[in-house]
Amino acid sequence: MDRRVVITAMGAVSPYGEGVETLVAGLASGRSTVERAEELGELSGLRSRLKSVVPEVDARVIARKHRRAMSKLGVFAALAAREAWDSSGLTQEAAGDGRTGVCIGSIMASPDALEALFNEYLVNHSLEKIKATRFFQIMGHSPAANVAQLLGITGRTIAPTAACATGCQAVGLATEFIRYGMQDRMVAGGADEHHVMTTATFDIINAAAVAHNDRPELASRPFDTARDGVVCGEGAGILVVEELEAARARGATILAEVAGFATLGDPSNLANPDSDAIARCISEALEQAKVAPAEVDYVNAHATGTLQGDAAEAQAIAKVFGADIMVSSLKGHIGHTMAAAGALELIATVEMMRRGVVYPTRNLDEVDPACAGVDHVREVRTGQVKIAVKNSFAMGGVNSSMVLRRYE
Amino acid sequence: MTDEQVIETIDNALCEEFELEPSDMTPEATLFDKLGLDSLDVVDMVIVLESTFSFKIREDPALREIRTLGDIHKFVIDKKRQIETEG
Repeated sequence: MDRRVVITAMGAVSPYGEGVETLVAGLASGRSTVERAEELGELSGLRSRLKSVVPEVDARVIARKHRRAMSKLGVFAALAAREAWDSSGLTQEAAGDGRTGVCIGSIMASPDALEALFNEYLVNHSLEKIKATRFFQIMGHSPAANVAQLLGITGRTIAPTAACATGCQAVGLATEFIRYGMQDRMVAGGADEHHVMTTATFDIINAAAVAHNDRPELASRPFDTARDGVVCGEGAGILVVEELEAARARGATILAEVAGFATLGDPSNLANPDSDAIARCISEALEQAKVAPAEVDYVNAHATGTLQGDAAEAQAIAKVFGADIMVSSLKGHIGHTMAAAGALELIATVEMMRRGVVYPTRNLDEVDPACAGVDHVREVRTGQVKIAVKNSFAMGGVNSSMVLRRYE
Repeated sequence: MTDEQVIETIDNALCEEFELEPSDMTPEATLFDKLGLDSLDVVDMVIVLESTFSFKIREDPALREIRTLGDIHKFVIDKKRQIETEG
């Protein structure tokens, strides 16, 4: 079976605001979305005072019937899915014909809703004020269920979760469901909301950005010598992926082809990424795509601004592609949007390929020698990107890489 | 609180919680068909009424007989009277 899979629509809720165009305009402007977060100081021991969050959205555009089961991240997923579905041109009948599925994950379902639930349990010792829909906001598959309900999708509802690799992995799994004939179309991606404990999780292991607490716009600096950790963010990225021939037959706009995908484990360490493991993952994605390393123009890196992670990734990319490969990480602009990161950055990569532009790594003033050996993009570049690779990695030893080909 | 005030308080609380149109809040309006609520909403309706009127009704068997907004009005008015009588 040789079914090709293409991206036909996208939706974004990012720290720049709602919409794919807003995301691209924000990246083009070079503006940082990282801001000072005084409230993080309320948690004893937490050093980071930074976050990158979505400007206020109007959740009431979602009918209460659907919204009542949504946490904040569920709302983000729903808004992004609505944008993607509406721009896909797919019909309500297609949503309900059993050949359309959903594959959307979050790191865990809503931290805000979990906090509210456990406040009733641990502080008030009572269930009397727990709303009937609270459980629906904290289910592991909550954002996937939210979107399936919202769009009336009757095929597979799958909710993969692999921490920071979730968004990329969800889209990758979605393409496999189509490639192997189980579904014809999928609504796929990742969503997350920022919570003080998200930043705390990274600070506990000395991986949260702290040094630029007073200069938030400089805090997220992948590959830079002065990088000192992650700035946690939030958002949702949702893509519609379809089988190529069906997409062509219905006259869909084809944005890019998902040529290959790999996700591999790295049992060598819980938190420290291994460059050989990353290189294996990238190489397998290239093999799936039947693409030689020399054919790839650009790698959109996972690089989050951690000391070890960025170095391991840069070394892996250099190992696979050599020194001429263009590399950038968009986390310098928008921080690390967690489960949304892989999907939002995938969307940005597709748009870069369509527009013939590569956005740089913001705040990459001086490349760390440990991250050298590739062509770091430090200013906006124009030119064709025919084939790109998107990386997303996760603590717990999960790597994922996707190969995108411009559709012509 | 007069019966009229109780009814107004109920209607306002339910309108806010379930984003209902005030013009739909007639005594004969059925909760499921007219107001578009479902069994999950009924659970939350109990929480809203308990918090609004500071009483406990979750285990009250009369709840199961409620079909219309008017039934809720009567249920709450009766419940308040009963509590006041029992002192």
